[in-house]
Amino acid sequence: MRKPLVLRHPSILIFLAVLAVFTVAVTILSAGYGTGVISTSMVKTLGKTLCLALAAVAMDLVWGYAGILSLGQMAFFALGGYMIGMWLMVARTEGIVAASLANMPIPPTQAEITQATATQIFGVVGADSFPAIWSFAGSLPAQLALVVLVPGLLALVFGWLAFRSRVNGVYLSILTQAMTLALALYLFQNDSGLRGNNGLSGLQNIPGLDGVGQEKLSVWFLWASAIALGLGYLLIAWVASGKFGSVTRAIRDDEARVRFLGYSVEGYKLVVFTLAAIITAVAGALYYPQAGIINPAELAPIASIYLAVWVAIGGRGRLYGAAIGAVFVSLLSSWFTGGRAPAIDLGIYTINWVDWWQVLLGLSFVLVTLFAPKGIAGLIRK
Amino acid sequence: MKIFTSACAVAAVLAGLTGAAVAQDDTIKIGVLHSLSGTMAISETTLKDTVLMMVEQQNAKGGILGKKIEAVVVDPASDWPLFAEKARELISVNGVDAIFGCWTSVSRKSVLPVIEELNGLMFYPVQYEGEESSKNVIYTGAAPNQQAIPAVDYMAEELGVEKWALLGTDYVYPRTTNNILDAYLKGKGVAEGDIFVNYTPFGHSDWSKIVADVVALGADGKKVGVVSTINGDANIGFYKELAAAGVSADDIPVMAFSVGEEELAGLDTANLVGHLAAWNYFETADTPENKAFIEEWKKFTKDDKRVTNDPMEATMIGFNAWVAAVEKAGSTETDAVLDAIVGVEVPNLTGGTAKVLPNHHLTKPVLIGEIREDGQFDIVSQTEEVAGDAWTDFLPESAKLDADWPGKKCGMWNTETNACVQVQSNY
Amino acid sequence: MRLFLFFVALAAFLTLAVQSHAQDLREVVTQYRAEIEKPSRQSIGPVIEQIAATGPQGAALLQAWGDRALGLRKSDGLMVIVGESDSQTDAVTGAELPTEDVTMLRPNSGVRGLIAAALAGNALSDPDRARRAQALDALARRGDASQLALLRDALDDPDPGLAARKARLERLLTIQHDPDPAARIAAIESFGGDTGLDFRASLNPILATRRVALETVPADANIAAELTPGGAMSRADAYAMLVAADLAPAQMTPQAERAVLAQHINQGMVGGVPLAQLGHEDARDRAWTALEQQGLVQPAASEAEVDAALARFRFLDLYVEPNADVTDAARAALRGTQTRIGFMQAADLSLDALSLASIYFLAAIGLAITFGVMRVINMAHGEFIMMGAYTGYVVQQFIANRTLSLIVALPLAFIVTFAAGVALERLVIRHLYKRPLETLLATFGVSIALQQLAKNIFGTQARPLTAPGWLDGALTFNDVVSISYIRIAIFVLALVFLALYLVIMNRTRLGLEVRAVTQNPGMAASMGISPDRMNMLTFGLGSGIAGIAGVAIGLFAQVTSEIGQQYIVQSFMTVVVGGVGNIWGTLAGAALIGFFQKGIEWLNPANTLAAQTYMILFIIIFIQFRPRGIIAAKGRAAVGA
Repeated sequence: MRKPLVLRHPSILIFLAVLAVFTVAVTILSAGYGTGVISTSMVKTLGKTLCLALAAVAMDLVWGYAGILSLGQMAFFALGGYMIGMWLMVARTEGIVAASLANMPIPPTQAEITQATATQIFGVVGADSFPAIWSFAGSLPAQLALVVLVPGLLALVFGWLAFRSRVNGVYLSILTQAMTLALALYLFQNDSGLRGNNGLSGLQNIPGLDGVGQEKLSVWFLWASAIALGLGYLLIAWVASGKFGSVTRAIRDDEARVRFLGYSVEGYKLVVFTLAAIITAVAGALYYPQAGIINPAELAPIASIYLAVWVAIGGRGRLYGAAIGAVFVSLLSSWFTGGRAPAIDLGIYTINWVDWWQVLLGLSFVLVTLFAPKGIAGLIRK
Repeated sequence: MKIFTSACAVAAVLAGLTGAAVAQDDTIKIGVLHSLSGTMAISETTLKDTVLMMVEQQNAKGGILGKKIEAVVVDPASDWPLFAEKARELISVNGVDAIFGCWTSVSRKSVLPVIEELNGLMFYPVQYEGEESSKNVIYTGAAPNQQAIPAVDYMAEELGVEKWALLGTDYVYPRTTNNILDAYLKGKGVAEGDIFVNYTPFGHSDWSKIVADVVALGADGKKVGVVSTINGDANIGFYKELAAAGVSADDIPVMAFSVGEEELAGLDTANLVGHLAAWNYFETADTPENKAFIEEWKKFTKDDKRVTNDPMEATMIGFNAWVAAVEKAGSTETDAVLDAIVGVEVPNLTGGTAKVLPNHHLTKPVLIGEIREDGQFDIVSQTEEVAGDAWTDFLPESAKLDADWPGKKCGMWNTETNACVQVQSNY
Repeated sequence: MRLFLFFVALAAFLTLAVQSHAQDLREVVTQYRAEIEKPSRQSIGPVIEQIAATGPQGAALLQAWGDRALGLRKSDGLMVIVGESDSQTDAVTGAELPTEDVTMLRPNSGVRGLIAAALAGNALSDPDRARRAQALDALARRGDASQLALLRDALDDPDPGLAARKARLERLLTIQHDPDPAARIAAIESFGGDTGLDFRASLNPILATRRVALETVPADANIAAELTPGGAMSRADAYAMLVAADLAPAQMTPQAERAVLAQHINQGMVGGVPLAQLGHEDARDRAWTALEQQGLVQPAASEAEVDAALARFRFLDLYVEPNADVTDAARAALRGTQTRIGFMQAADLSLDALSLASIYFLAAIGLAITFGVMRVINMAHGEFIMMGAYTGYVVQQFIANRTLSLIVALPLAFIVTFAAGVALERLVIRHLYKRPLETLLATFGVSIALQQLAKNIFGTQARPLTAPGWLDGALTFNDVVSISYIRIAIFVLALVFLALYLVIMNRTRLGLEVRAVTQNPGMAASMGISPDRMNMLTFGLGSGIAGIAGVAIGLFAQVTSEIGQQYIVQSFMTVVVGGVGNIWGTLAGAALIGFFQKGIEWLNPANTLAAQTYMILFIIIFIQFRPRGIIAAKGRAAVGA
C-alpha cells in the first residue's frame, strides 16, 4: 500500500495550505466581502496572478519534467480566453439587444435579434454577421467545451506533427514560437472573425450577473482561480509523481535511451504537451474575464517567453518553484512599471524604474541562468 | 518553504500600498491615463506633459472652485488590459473626478466598460474612427467627418484625384475609416474598380510591391491619390519607397491621417515635401493663441525643439472645457459636469472656438497641410468649424443613429424607430 | 458628354482670352485679388488664363506664384515677388522694392499644377532646357486640346531627348484630344505594342464604359458588352438597377415588411394575428397576407414579376466614346500589350522577391555562422542588427556627408557588434555550451535588456538613417519593371557576404580551424587549436556581420529599438528551413521564403498580413516534412542541435 500523494510530497500540502490562507486573507481584506483594505483592482490583479501561476505550473510540466521548451504556451492561454470571451460577448450583447428590441411595437424574430447582435459586436470591424466560428458562441456549455477542445486539438495536432518527425530541442522551441506568431498574425487580421486588433472586450461584465458588483465578482473570480490553481497543481503533481512522471523525466534526460527501452516517446510527449495546453487554456479562460479585454497582442511570442522566464527564475522541475516565479516576477513587474517604485536620483542621472526595470529583468535573468540554474526554488532547497 | 510566506508578504505589502493612498479633500484630483512606457509611450508621454502643463497654468490662476488641482499620473504601459485596471484604480482608489487619457482605440474600448460602470468622466484627445458615443466620454479629437471626409473632398476637388488607393495598417481605425471612405466615394459616383485597398501589419517595412501596385493604378489615365492611415514607423519605409520609385507629390499625392509634427520630427523630410496631412491643428497656425501656447510648451518642457501637435490641442481643449463645465456646475460630480459641459465653448488654437455638442463630440475646423522641408506643414486649406458626427452618415447601419446625451439620455438613438438602441456603449 | 464639357471650357477660355487683351495686369490682379489669395483649383483656372494673357510680367507673376515666391507685404498688402536672397520686386510692375516683412501665399499643389500647365505652352520653346522639361512634365500631367496645338508648333527641339519626348507626347495628346478619328487611330497604331504607362493611360479613358438598362437600343450605340442577368451580372444586381432607375417596383425586405406591419397595428393585432406571435417569420407572412387581402398593403414584387421585368430590358455596357473604330483600335492596342505586361509584372514581382530574399539572407547570414556553424542559439542576434543600425544613425550625426558616413559606418558597425558579440560569448554563452536551451533563455534576457537600453538612449521614436544621394531613385527598365538602387545595393552586399563567408570558411586557416573545432573540439584542441579562442572569434564574426546587415536594413526601413525583433524569427526560420550548417541552405531558405511571401502577396494584394501568416504556417508544415531543412547536413555535422 503506497502512501497517498500528498504525504509523499509534503510540498503539495504546504502549497495548498498557503494558497488557502492567501485566498481567505484576500477575501477578508477585500472591498466586496471584508474590510476593503485591498481595492477591487488589486483583487483582480491577484486573481489574474493566480491564473498566471497555473499557466506557469503547466509550463513546468512540459519544460521542467518533459524537457520540451515550448515557447508557444500563451497561444493556448489566449485561445482559452478567446473561447470564453466569445460567449461572454454574445450573451451580454444579446441581452442588451433583446431588451432594446422588446420596446418595439412588433416583437423581434430570432433572426432579427441575431442580426442586431452581430451588428453590435462586429460593427467595430465593419462587418454585420457572425463568422462561422461563432456558431456555438450563444451556448455556454458549448463554449466551455471549446475552451478545452480548441487548444487541446491544436496542441495534439501540432505536437503529433512535430514529435512524429522528431523535431526537438531548440528546433522545437523555435517551431512553437512560430506557431504562436502565426496565430497572433492571423488574429491581428481584421477578417479573422475575432475582431482583429480590437479583440474581445468588456469581458468583465458577466451576463446574468448584472446586479452583482465588480467588487464581489472580483472575489468570486479570485476563488475560482485559486480553486483552479489548487486542482491543477494536484493534477500535475499526480501526473509527475507516478510511473508516467518517471518515464517523462527519463525522456527529458535521454530520449534515445527511453526509445530503445521500448517506450513510445512520442506518445508520452504528446500526452504531456496536450495536457499542459488544456490546463493553460483553463487558466486563460479564468484570466481574461478578470482582465476585461483580450486581443492578439496577448499571444505575441514575447508573452510566452516571459512565461518561460518566470518558470526559470522560480525554479523548474519543481512545481511550486514555477508558481513562485510567476507570482513573484509578475507582481514585481507590475510594481516597477506601475510608477510606484521610487525613482533613484544619482545627481547626474535619475533612474526611473519604468525605464530601467526591463534592463534589470533581462540581466537578472542572465544571472539566474548562469549562477542559479535551479532558480529561487533551488536556493530554498539548499 | 519560507518563500511562500514571503510571497504572501510581498502581496500584502503591495496591497497595502494601493490601499494606503487615502484621498485628500483639499484638492480636486484628475487622473492622467497615458502610457509612459511601451510602444505608445512616445506619443502619449507628450499628452501627459500637456495635461501637467494645463494643471500648472490653472493652479497659477488660482485653481478651480477655490481648490488646487492635483494630477494623479499612472502608467498603463501600452498594455490594453492594464488601461482598464488603472482606470478602475484611478476612480475607486484615488477618487479622481476626471480622467484625461488613452490614445489607441483598443485602449479606449478597454477603459469604456469600467468608466461606464463607475460613472466616471474621461476626455479622449485623439482623432478616431467614430461609431461611438458614451455617456462618460468627451471626444475631443476628430470624428471621421472632421478629418477623413473633408480630406478626401480636398483631394477630389483641389487635386483632381479620380482613383483612390486607401492604404492602412490593419487595425480598427484604418478599417473603419476606409469603410466609411469607400461608402462615401461610391456615393459620389466613384466606381468600385477605382478604389484600391491594402492593409499592412504594424511596423511594415517591405513596401516595394505595394508602391508598384499604386503606380500601376495610373494606367487608367485617371489621377491617383493615396489616402494613408498607415500608423507610426511604417510610414518611413513607405515614403522612402515612394521617393525611390520616383513618385512625386505632384504625380501621386499622399494624404496621411496619422502623420503629424511629432512623427516628422524624427524623419528626413526631403522625400516627403508636398505630401499632405489632414488634422484640426498644425503648429504653423498663425494665431496669437497658438504662439502663446507654443511658447508656454517650450518653457514648460525646457526644450526648444519640442513640437506641438493636434492631440495636444485636443487635450488642451478638453481640459479647458472641463474647467469651464466644473465652474458652471459648481461641482465636480460627474453627472452635474456632464450636464453643464454640453454647449460649453472654448477657444481653439487655430482661431474660432470648439463647442461641446450633445453627442459629446466637438466642433472643429479641418486643416490640410503640405509637408515642408523643415518637418512642419504649410496650411493650404482651412474650413469653418465642422460639427463632429458620432455616427457616420455614409454607412447605412449608422446613418439612422444619433446621439443626444442631455436631451434623450442616449448615445445610440435610432431616428427611424425613435427609440434608444442601448444606453451603454459597445465595447 | 466629355466632348461637350470640353467645348464649353474652350469657349470660356476663348472669350476670356479676347477680353484679357484689353486688360492689363494691375486690373486683373485687383479684380481677382481675393481668389489669388485663397485660390481653389475649381475656380482659379480663368484667372490664371487672364494673368497669363497679360504678357511677360504676368508670366513672371505666375511663375513666382507657382514657386510659392509670391507674397503680400504686411505693411500695405502690396503683392510682391520674393526672389533669391530675399530681394523683393513689385509683382505687377517688376520694380525693385526694399525688403520688408511679407506673408507668403501658399497655393495648393492642384493650383500649382494649373499654373504650370498655363505656363507650359510658352515654356515649350523656352531657351532654358530645364524649363522645357518642366513644361513637358506639366503637359504630361494635364494636357488638353489647346495645348496640343501649342505642342505641335513647338515640336522642334535642339535637345534630341526632349524632341523625342515632345513627339511622344504629341501622339499621346492626339489619341486623347484630336477631333479627327482617323488621326487618333493612326496615333494609336503608331505605338505598336508599347507598354508605357502613359500610353495605356491614354487608351483606357477611351474604353471607359457605363452600364445601362434599355428597352430599345439605339442603332448608333457603341456597345462594349451585353450582360445577361444571372450570367455576367447577378439577378439581384440587375433588378436593383431597374429599381434604382424607377423602372420596376422594389422587392420586399424584412425591415420594410416589419415597418409596414407596424403601421397596421389594430387593437394589439396585425391582420388578425396577435402582436405577441409576430416574433416568427411565418406569423408575419400570415399577417401580411391578411393585410393584402384586406387591400391595405400593396403586394410586393413576386419572383415572376421580377423575371418578366428582367426579360423586358437589355443590360448593356456602353462605351462613352461614340466612335466604334476608335474604341476597336484602342482595345486591340491594349490587348496587344497585355501579354507583355503580364510577363513584366512577373519580372517585377521576381525582382521584389529577390530583394526580399536578399534582405532575409543578409539578416540571417550572421546567424548562419553562430547558429549554423556553432549551434549557439542567440536570441540577441536581432539586437546586434539593431546596434548596427543605430551605429549608422550615430555616425550620420557626426559626419554630414552621407557617402562618407556610410563608408565609416559599415566597418564601425562591424567593430561595435563584433566587440558586443565577443563580450556576450565570453561572459554568458561560454558557460552554457552544454545547455543549448538555457543559452536560448539567457540570450533572450540579453535581448530584452539591450532593447530597453536602446529605448532609454535613443527613445522609442524611429531615427532617420538616410542613404546617400547616389542610392536614391530606382533602376527603371520600363514603366512596370523597376527596382530601387538601395535594394540593389543590399542584394550586392548579400552576394559579397556570401563570397566572404565561402572564402573565410574554405580558403583560410581561420575557417579550417573553425570547422575543426565544430566537428571535433577535443581533436582540434589536441592539434594545438584553442577551441576557446576559435569560438570567441567565430561568434564575433557572426555578430559583426549582423551589425553590417543592420546598417543596410536601416537604410531602407526604419531604425527603431524593435528593428531586430522584426527579423529574428524570420532569420531563424531562414536558417532552419535552409538546413543548419550550410550556407547554401541559408541561401535556399531565404529564396524560398522571399519568393513564397511575394507569391502570396500577389494572390492577395489587399492584405499583406495574411501573406506573413501563411508564410509562417508554410514553414511550420515544411519543417514537419523536412526537419533538417532543404539542404540537410550529413554525417557527423548532422548530429546534435
